[in-house]
Parts: sequence; C-alpha cells; structure tokens
Amino acid sequence: MRQYKWAAWLTPVWTTAEVVMGVLIPYVTASLIDKGSSAGEMAEVYRYGGIMIGMALLSLLFGMLAGSFAAYSSTGLAANLRAAMYRNIQRFSFSDIDKFSTAGLVTRMTTDVSNVQNAFQMLLRTSFRAPLNMISALVMCFLINARLSIIFLLAMLVLMTFLSILIARAAKLFRQVFERYDAVNAVVQENVSAIRVVKAFVRENHEISKFDKAALSLFSLNVRVERMMALNHPVMNLIVNACIIAVSWWGAHFIVEGTLTTGQLTSLFSYIMTIMASLMMLSMIIVQLTQSAASGARIAEVITEEPDMDDPADPVTEVRDGSIDFENVSFSYGRGGDYALMDIDLHIKAGETVGVIGGTGSGKSSLGSLISRLYDASEGVVRVGGRDVREYSMKALRQQVANVLQKSTLFSGSVLENLRWGREDATEEECVEACRMAAADEFVREMPEGYQTHLEQGGTNLSGGQRQRLCIARALLKRPKVLVLDDATSAVDTATDARIREGLRKGSPGITTVIIAQRILSILHADRIVVMEGGRVIGFDTHARLLETCPVYREIYEMQSGGEGDFDEAAKGEGRL
Amino acid sequence: MSAAPGFGMRQRAPHSGATLKDLRQSKTVWRLFKYIFKHYKVHVGFALLCILVSSVTSLASSLFTRTLIDDYIAPMTGDYGALAVALWKLGAILLAGIAAGYAQNLIMIGVGQGTMLGLRKNLFRGMQRLPLGYFDSHSHGDIMSVYTNDVDTLRQVIGNSVPNLFKSVVTILATFISMVVMSLPLTLVAVVMAFLMYKVTTSLGKVSKKYFTERQQNLGAVNGFIEEMVSGQRVIKVFCHEEQAMTAFGTLNEKLRRSVFNANKISNIIMPVNGNIGEFCYVLLALIGAGIALSGASAWYMCGLDGAALTLGTIVSFLTLQRNFTRPVSQISNEINSIVMASAGTDRLYALLDEKPEVDEGLVTLEKVSARKWQWRLPDGSVIPLEGLVSLEDVDFSYVPGKQVLTDITLTAYPGQKIAFVGGTGAGKTTITNLINRFYEIEDGTVSCDGIDVREIAKDSLRSSLGIVLQETRLFSGTVLENIRYGRLDATDEECIEAARSVYADSFIRRLPQGYDTVLSADGGNLSQGERQLLSIARAAVADPPVLILDEATSSIDTRTERLIQRSMDSIMKGRTTFVIAHRLSTVRNADYIMVLDHGRIIERGKHAELLALKGQYWRLCSGSEIQ
Repeated sequence: MRQYKWAAWLTPVWTTAEVVMGVLIPYVTASLIDKGSSAGEMAEVYRYGGIMIGMALLSLLFGMLAGSFAAYSSTGLAANLRAAMYRNIQRFSFSDIDKFSTAGLVTRMTTDVSNVQNAFQMLLRTSFRAPLNMISALVMCFLINARLSIIFLLAMLVLMTFLSILIARAAKLFRQVFERYDAVNAVVQENVSAIRVVKAFVRENHEISKFDKAALSLFSLNVRVERMMALNHPVMNLIVNACIIAVSWWGAHFIVEGTLTTGQLTSLFSYIMTIMASLMMLSMIIVQLTQSAASGARIAEVITEEPDMDDPADPVTEVRDGSIDFENVSFSYGRGGDYALMDIDLHIKAGETVGVIGGTGSGKSSLGSLISRLYDASEGVVRVGGRDVREYSMKALRQQVANVLQKSTLFSGSVLENLRWGREDATEEECVEACRMAAADEFVREMPEGYQTHLEQGGTNLSGGQRQRLCIARALLKRPKVLVLDDATSAVDTATDARIREGLRKGSPGITTVIIAQRILSILHADRIVVMEGGRVIGFDTHARLLETCPVYREIYEMQSGGEGDFDEAAKGEGRL
Repeated sequence: MSAAPGFGMRQRAPHSGATLKDLRQSKTVWRLFKYIFKHYKVHVGFALLCILVSSVTSLASSLFTRTLIDDYIAPMTGDYGALAVALWKLGAILLAGIAAGYAQNLIMIGVGQGTMLGLRKNLFRGMQRLPLGYFDSHSHGDIMSVYTNDVDTLRQVIGNSVPNLFKSVVTILATFISMVVMSLPLTLVAVVMAFLMYKVTTSLGKVSKKYFTERQQNLGAVNGFIEEMVSGQRVIKVFCHEEQAMTAFGTLNEKLRRSVFNANKISNIIMPVNGNIGEFCYVLLALIGAGIALSGASAWYMCGLDGAALTLGTIVSFLTLQRNFTRPVSQISNEINSIVMASAGTDRLYALLDEKPEVDEGLVTLEKVSARKWQWRLPDGSVIPLEGLVSLEDVDFSYVPGKQVLTDITLTAYPGQKIAFVGGTGAGKTTITNLINRFYEIEDGTVSCDGIDVREIAKDSLRSSLGIVLQETRLFSGTVLENIRYGRLDATDEECIEAARSVYADSFIRRLPQGYDTVLSADGGNLSQGERQLLSIARAAVADPPVLILDEATSSIDTRTERLIQRSMDSIMKGRTTFVIAHRLSTVRNADYIMVLDHGRIIERGKHAELLALKGQYWRLCSGSEIQ
C-alpha cells in the first residue's frame, strides 16, 4: 500500500460525510414540510430549501472525492501487488518457478489482481457506506419516533437472519460452481489439444456427449444457485413493504395522538428504504468478498513464497578457474521425491571439454543445472573453481558459469539487444565476434536489418536452430570460465554443430565446456565423456576407452551409427512441420 | 479464472462511455436477442408482462401514499376502519408487485442459463466440425475463454441488463404519466433535471471512453510483458537480468495504474453525480411544490391534468415519484454500457459459431463385414471391398495461400505395402499423411482410396478406415482402459487388453498402481512419454483399421523404450497398408517404398538399396548419421 494508504483511509471519511449528508436531507425535508409548507411560512421554506441545496452540494463533493480516492487507492493497491509479486518472482529459484508454473504465475498477476482490485474498491466504497447508511438512518428514525422504530429493528433482525442463512448456503454452492466450471474447461481443453486424435478416430459425437454432460451439470447448479439468490429481492421487498404498512397504521395513530407529524412520517418511509437497501448491499458485499478471497490467497502465495535459495552472508565474487567437482552429490527436485541424481562423484579439470550423454530422464540436465546453482544439491557438494557453489554470490557465479538452457528463449527486441543480455556494455564488434563463434553471424547478416532486426516474442521469426545459435552467442558474451550447453545444438544440422564446436575451441581457449547432448556426434570429440543412466554416472572416460569398458555407451554408439541412427535429426526443431 | 462472476450483486465494468449508437451497431448483440426470442418466445413474453405488472404496482403504491396521507392520515379523526381497508388494499397491490418481480426473475434465470447452455452446446458441436486449420491458427487459451468468460458475460446481459432496460423504460413512461396527472410545473422541473442527468452522464462517458481505450492498451502491454518475461524467467535468472526486468516492469505497471485510475475515477464519479442531481431535483421539487401549495395557485398550468390544486399529499407522492423517474435515467445509461461491453464477448462467441465447418459432401460409406474385412458402400448401393489401395496424384497443397507446402506429389500404396517418408523437418512428411485422412483440403490433384476420390467418401467413414498414431501422443483423462477403448467404443475389456498385449503395452500397464483401471490425469501426465506412445499404439490396435499412419517417436526417448516402441509398431503394421513417417533407419530399410521429401517434393523414391546406390539425398541422410 504505502503511498496509496492515505487515500485508502480517506475514502471512508468522504463516504461517511456523503452518507451523513444523504441521511440528513430527508430530515430537513420533514422540517420543510412541517415548518414551511404545513405552517404556511414561505420564509421557512426558503431557509430549509437553502440548507438542503447546500447539503446536496456538499454531498456531491464528498461523493466525487470518495469515488476518486477509492479508484486511486484500489488501482494503487493493484499496481503494488503486481510489483510485489514480480519482485518476488525475480527472487524465485528454478524450483520455485517449477512449483508455480508459468501459466499459474501469469493468471495470478493478471486475473487475480484485477479481482482483488475490484473487491477492494467495492470494499472501500460500499462496506462503509452500507453500515453507515443503515446506522445513521436508524438513529434518525429513533430521533423521530422511538416507538415506531422498534418495528424497523425487528424487521432488520428478520432480514439479517434470512440473509445470513442464504449466504451460508450460497457460499457452499459457489465452490461447487467453480469445480463445474473447471470440468467444462477441462473437456474443452482436452478436446482442443487432442483435436487430431478426436478427428482421426471420428470421436466427435463421443466428445459432444462428454461436453454436454459437463455443460448440463454446470447449468443445473447455476440455475439452482441463481434461483436461491433470487429469493433476496422478494423477501426484502416483502419486509420493506410490511414495514411501510405497519408504519402507516401506527403512524396514523400517533398523528392522531399528536406525537408524530405528517412530514416525519414521510421521512420515516424513506429511511425504511435506506435501511433495508443497506442491509441487502452488505450481504452482497460479503458474497462478493468470499469470491475474491480465493484470488487474494493465490496472490499471497506468490508474495510470501520464500525463495529456497539465497546469497551467503559474505559472498565470494571471483571464480578462480573453470574446474568443476561433484562430491557425492545427490539431488531431487521435490522434497522427498525420487532422486534425479545419485552419488555423483565427478572431477572436471579447468579447460577441459566434457560431453554428457544418456537417455531421457537419466539426469543429464540436472547435472548441468547444479553447476551454475540453478538448483541446490540435496546432498553432497558441488564445487566450481575449488569452492562450494553456495559460497559465491549467485550473480557472480552465473556470470562466470554460463548455462545455455535446453529451451532457447529470446525476447522481443533487436538481435543486438538480445545478445547484450550477456553483457550490457558489449560493443557491436564483440557481439559479432560471439556470433561468429556460435556460427550465427552468417544468418544474422542475411536478415533484412542484420543485427538490428527485430525479433518477435520468443524469437518466433527464427528457426529453432537459429534461436539456439543466438542463445549460445548470448552466453559467450559473458566471457564465462565454464560453459554448459544443455542440448543446445539439438536443432542445428550436424555440419553447423561441428562448426560451433570448432568456433568454441578456437574462440575461447581455456574455457571449461560441458556439452550435454542426445546426439553422440556432438560429444564424440570431447576430451572425456560422462555416460549417465538412471541418475548415476556409469562411465567417465574418453570415447575410445568407453567403447571398450561401457556397454551402455557402446549400445548408444552402435544404435546411432550402425544403421539405427536418426534421420531427420539434422533439421529437428527447424519448424513445426 | 474470472468465471462465475458475482451473483446478484453487479460488479460494474468501468464506464466505457458506450452510447445507444454503439448498442445499435453491435450486430452480434441483436443476433443474440433474436436467438433468445426464437427459443424463449413465451418465457420472454411472460417476463415482460411481469415487468409491466411490477412497474405498475410500484407506481400504484407510490400514488397510493398520496391517498393514504391526504384522505386517511392527515384528516384522521379516529376512524381506523377506513384506514385499515386502505392499508389492506395497499398490501395487496404490493404483494402482487413482489410476486411479479420474483416470477420475472425466475423466468429470466431460466432463459439466461438456458441460452448459455444452448450456446455452449452449439459452440462445441460447431467446433467439432471445424477444420484442423482453425485449431492451428487460434490459441487454445482464446478458444477456451469463449466457453467460459465470453458466455458468462451473457448472464448479466440476459438476466439483468435487458430486463432492467425494459423496466426502466416502462417506469419512466408510467411515472411520467402520473406526474403529469399530478402537477404540470413539478413535472417540468423533474424532466429538466432528468435531461441534465442524461447530459452529464453522456459527457462524462465521453471522457471515460478515452481513458478506457488507454486502459485496455496498457493492460494488453502489461499482460504481454508478464507472459513473455515469466516464460523466460529461467533465462532472466541465468543472465542475472532481474534488475532490468524489474525496471521495465515498473514503468509499464505505473502506466497501467494511471490509466486504470483515470478510467475508474470517472465511472466512480458518475454514480454520486447522478445521485446528487437526483437530490437536487428532490429539493427543488420540495421548494417549488411548497411554494405553489402555499400560494394556493390554481391556474390550470399550476395544477396537474386532473385539475386539482397541489396538496401536501401530492407533494409527498411526487417526491417519491421523482426518484422513480430519475433513477431509471442513469440506469438506462449503465445498462447500455454493460450490454455494449458484453458485445465484445458476443462478437467472439459468434465468430467461433460462424466458422466454416469442414467440407463433407461424400456419400460413400464404410461397412464392416467381419473382423478385418471392410467394404465401401457407394451411393448407388453397390459395394467395393476395402483393400487399402491409397494413391495420390499430382497433389499440391498449402496451409496458407501462396506458401506452397507440397508440390506434385504422386504415389501409390498397394494393399499391405509399407511406405516410408523420409526427410528433414518441414519437408512435408506429416502434411502428406494429413491429406490422406483429409484433415486439410488439397488445392490440386486427387487423393483416392481403393479408386474412390476421398472427397466422395463421407469423412467419418474415411477416417474410420485409417488408424493413426501421432508422435505427439494425446491421451484423455480417464482410466487406461477407457483410453484404449477410445479406438473402438464398443470394444470389450478383453479386446482392449488383447490389443494392449499385441503391441507389448500390457506389461507396463500391469505395473501401474491400479493396472488397467489406473486413472490418468489430464493428458497422461503421470506416464512417461514412451508409455504414452505405447498406449496410443494400443488405442490404434483396438480400432483395427485397414490402413495405418504412424508418426514414429523421435530420439527424446531412451534406447530401451525406443526398442520396445519399435517392436510394438512393427507388430501393428503387419498385414496393413502403412504410411510411416520414419525417423530411424531400421524402419526404413524394410519399407516397400521410401519417399525422400525435400521442400514439399518427392525428390527420390525406391527401396533402401536402390536409393543408396543413387548416392543422392538419401545417401547423404544415411551417412550424415553415420560416424566415420
């Protein structure tokens, strides 16, 4: 809240002032009728008329103030919530991001925030107004005639009991309604993403009957809830009208007795309306708030999430050299989940090029991500440059251990801007040089505006292979001591792959390179090769020796070279079709 | 999810400054009204009647207050009998009004929800008939939001806005008439004030419109930024770009805040402004009314149409009436705004409903004779046995006009043959298979099955004759058994299990916690990719189709699973005409024909040995994955 707090507090003040004016006006009207009209005093009529106009003006002013202040503070709250969430997301570790999922985070920052904003604005404007209106109207009633007002009190009690029963029952149903929405969503989602299967098996009618079932169950519950809520109006009207009739009856008696004037009676009528309408509004606020409470809780989850990784108190900022050591490292993504890595003991020398190969789920990527501390090892120690990675400041570590991720993500902006993510003050020459090493320079130059070409969100105007090459160049600009390529050339053809390896070897000698790959050709020429299976290292040696000692390695090698190789690896990921 | 918006209580959209003109121009809203009127003629008629009754009774009750005060209370002498009768009458009128209001509400809930159900059903039915191209070019999130968010906006329009609009008009008219009857000068004041209210609302609306557009733009910008940056969050971390991301976000966020503030401020102000103009009107009427009553003026223009001079009771009733008169004025503007805002939703809804369905004019149908024996039934009643002879002649195709994907494709698969497609991604392998089952319409040439042009075969029949296993496996939430049965809905449990066994999926299924009854979460998330692929092969096996299309899995599966899948695919191919999109040499080697594709053309064709001898593209592809 901070800078919007004062506005939030002032809103109810203006609302109160507005309500007081609104409530007083009928009171003055009564005087005008009784002292002016009935008594035949034109001077009195003007006097009270003047007062009333003044009050209406004030009420307008306060109303406008309340409206603007409510808008100011609720939009301020929304902006702050978004900022707070975004700030905390920046602190998230990789495992935190896994936990929330991208789609989940986006919904929280958009839909949920606007739900809360609307609810807050309503809360500011009406939750004070309604009880205030009610109480002040009630006070006025008692001032006018205490005996008659007892009727109101009784009516209020009846209405309140009814409303609270209604709300309690509705709240339960609302939750079910949400579940049925989810069910409808699920059918549509599945259908849309599996439409090829649906059509191929001619299952349109089967899907339609699934959908109809979900839609019908949503329909019947919705009708039930709405019918229930529809009781609100008639019941309130019934009570209000009963009050009016009762007040007319007793009022007539009192007028005859001389304890009530006709003007006062008319004022009472309008107070009845005010009281009952406020009660109604109050009940609706409660319903609405319970609905947006879910959004609030989802936002709070993001803001209060404590990142599970932080810089040490006295961080080291310089990575001495590119040596990497895994000492008895085990790692699992979830707490207590299955281990993705088990008992890893690896020692990579500075300047070495190491290949990592193994099947899906063998733990290759997990191994790579521990080096730049994208995750923390569950057991054991990962050292870079002879020091535990947890001793470095994360910024320094990630600057000097460059990790090119499996999914090549680029951002909207020019090619040059994207490259400079690696180093902000890199000159154009340095960027070109990095591109040359990553075999990206050629195709960038062929693009209409070369290095100034604008990339779409996610780099969709590039092919998969082109994106991967730019990602490598971007990482090289960091001038890292360690470079981890996580399946980073899967979409480039074999020849280009070789050129990239060559470029790296010549362009940045002395850099420790870890190449994780599916394709044996990508790692064949490495100094040493790590073979992984089921989260364990089952071989770590040169190609020639692994062929002799490691049966799994030999199997992979033979499959990919001995006539069972992949065909379209060369162009994999270059496009959708 | 923003579905299930507030029940009863209206969460008002910011005032977009929409006017009657915008409403008239929104064609889809009128289509919606027509739809409702067509399906709920009686309901709507009855609801309108109820609105009429409740408006009239509420008017009658305010008028009655006048009689009550003037005739019974003011001159009260102690004769309570007459008063009691009068109050009973009032009670009866009020009760009738309440009953009518409740009835109208119940009817409109039925109409609203019923319309939503009907539209949802129509949407889904229509969507099942859309060509695949539609799904390629529309985001799944957008499609889904039509079913929930866009359909849901109708709830407000049908249940509240439209009845309220009608009610407001009726109320204004009825109130106007009774005001004229009561007092001409006071009516004049009330009309002037109502006009003022209308003017103020529309001019505020105009200001609001500008901010509202701005708000939408900034909202789009922030959403886009979040979408992009949160998806790329891992890269931000790896490059320590957190600070920069925060700064950029801060700027956009502040811009959004400012425009939302401005838009909301105006719509928040509209209510008190209108309310207070109402108050002014009230005061003014009280003043003038008192003045006239005191002066005892009785000229015709000072009286009502009934010719009676202004009495105290008349003033009091008039004051109540005046509220009934001014409230609907601002309500009309609000309801029009709500409807116009919802029209964005109805636009999207009808856009989906209006999408052109797949062309399906074929009359030839498929019949099953016995196990593994099928026949085509021609429109003239004659039959052709299904052999599985598939041929393409001079086929050209493009997804987007002008960007040709396939050119001059000619090939014939004789019954039982295995045809392999080889080539880089983007060469057009999947596209060819998509044309065989007519997922897309070809531009030129013919595709035929057993000599019948596929365009003459009913689509359902054509697709039933073709089994397909896609590389990107799609499963449905439900049990393993249900997923296999998706291939043939009337298959018995035994048949499903037998099919799974025949494609070597049985052993892993038995290892699942509940075996065949294990419930798969959406899209089989709790299975590995290899297991999902095995299930989808079993699904095709239970369908037992004469012709098969297989899109082999790529290398993202470990070698052992890969072998299992390979074995499974080999077993299902036996004795069927098979088109295989091959990623592995072993599949290709024993194919009857290998088609090498490049940029949408078949550049080489023949058997493995022949193609190797050519030393062309195929040879290069093979040697490319070989290690020297």
